[in-house]
Amino acid sequence: MNGRRTIATTVRVLTQVRHDPRTIALLLLVPSLLIGLMSWIFSGTSVFEVVGPALLGLFPFTVMFLITSITTLRERRGGTLERLMTMPMGRADFILGYALAFGLIAVVQALIAVGYAVWVCGLTVAGDPWLLVLVAVVNALLGTTLGLFVSAFARTEFQVVQFMPALVFPQILLGGIFIPRDRMPDVLRIISDWLPLSHSIAALQKVAADANSTSEVLGELAIVGWFALAFVVLASITLRRQTR
Amino acid sequence: MTSSDAAIETTTLRVRRGGVEVLHGVELRVPPGQLVGLLGPSGSGKSTLMRAIVGAQRIDGGEVRVLGERAGSPALRRRVGYVTQAPSVYDDLTVAQNLAYFARILGAPRSDVARVLDEVDLAPLAGRLVSRLSGGQLTRVSLGIALLGSPRLLVLDEPTVGLDPVLRRDLWRLFARLAASGVSLLVSSHVMDEARRCDRIVLLYQGSVLADLTPEELLRSTGTTDADDAFLALVAGAGR
Ligand SMILES: Nc1ncnc2c1ncn2[C@@H]1O[C@H](COP(=O)(O)OP(=O)(O)OP(=O)(O)O)[C@@H](O)[C@H]1O
Ligand SMILES: [Mg+2]
Repeated sequence: MNGRRTIATTVRVLTQVRHDPRTIALLLLVPSLLIGLMSWIFSGTSVFEVVGPALLGLFPFTVMFLITSITTLRERRGGTLERLMTMPMGRADFILGYALAFGLIAVVQALIAVGYAVWVCGLTVAGDPWLLVLVAVVNALLGTTLGLFVSAFARTEFQVVQFMPALVFPQILLGGIFIPRDRMPDVLRIISDWLPLSHSIAALQKVAADANSTSEVLGELAIVGWFALAFVVLASITLRRQTR
Repeated sequence: MTSSDAAIETTTLRVRRGGVEVLHGVELRVPPGQLVGLLGPSGSGKSTLMRAIVGAQRIDGGEVRVLGERAGSPALRRRVGYVTQAPSVYDDLTVAQNLAYFARILGAPRSDVARVLDEVDLAPLAGRLVSRLSGGQLTRVSLGIALLGSPRLLVLDEPTVGLDPVLRRDLWRLFARLAASGVSLLVSSHVMDEARRCDRIVLLYQGSVLADLTPEELLRSTGTTDADDAFLALVAGAGR
């Protein structure tokens, strides 16, 4: 690992994003627009209080998953990855460079989304709103690392997009947004215990509902962190210097 | 360094791709400080051979030694410049940003970016997004990246495709200058006329080396005056 190459890669990825203002606008504003829409749809009911916090975790995860898997797929297919692998580029430098770049974007995205949800939409948060931001950023990193890993199994952009319903939707369905997880059939509950998104949704719901849940929240977050770390390791195994 | 001080030495190199053997025991030697042209019809295995030399291709037999090391060993990653056949650059960065990024990965001095921009004649376009370049300009960005960090060996896969005659001549002059300064070069090409500018020519045909000689020897041995005719004569001889 080498700090200079990691930072150079982060700067490079951020510069690429900077040349694409439309993507920046979508990244930063769409989550807030959807949260605003949700609060409007459910105005006068208590649904938004339940679903709102979970949404703050879903957007960074899904968006960063898509963006990372498509950008790294382009690197694999466009030959730039092959070129980097013939240079003194560490596999960890490459992956951490990406994670850092999208992590930084996620911080801005989370600040806007949480601020909008709390101050504009009036989402009541019993715990510390900064914890919401933290969980959102960890979720973004989870999406980034899963995207880095999954891009190795796709040959085209079409295939990458198909990984969304395959890998992301089940986690949302089983994550405890629609029905609390302890009311699911046993088999599904056990499966959902093993899905990272269940733990981040639990963390967000705990922050929102309970002012004294900080240690529980951090416990759930640690599990999400371990998943992200596992995806980093898996992703670096898929970065081959030699191919057939 | 090993017994031989060749820049590239492959012995009985065999490579399979997609279940089919595409290199059948290739013996290639590139002496140091020479400009060697790698010629051969489409599909003969030029790109595969070059990928094996830079360590990007898994090999199935034989040996590839580069600058005294096993191909692909970490020590070579700073000393070998490689241009892939399809330009591999970031099209959502400017020309200068592409060069600056790869320079930082290589740990090359900052001044290298300006030097390389000059060498590939792209200084006026330094601030232009790569997605807004012409095909030939794109090829030159890709070539420029390989020149960063002043590598001792350059492996260039069809670096002059799509360039006009003036640019082609300029680049071949640059290659000759580099060779004169001690850099070894392996350059693949379809254009037989470019072979005349090389110190040696290696002809690859259906995954084997058909000939390894100087441009004069090529013309003399085939009794032709034109590089294209010489090539056709050799291939016709191999077919029989
Ligand atoms: N990714 C791949 N999978 C399977 N076979 C491949 C692959 N790439 C190339 N081949 C096959 O390997 C052989 C050599 O290909 P290679 O690209 O090395 O040829 P080349 O001499 O560079 O051709 P060209 O001049 O057209 O670039 C060809 O028969 C080709 O079909
Ligand atoms: Mg080729």
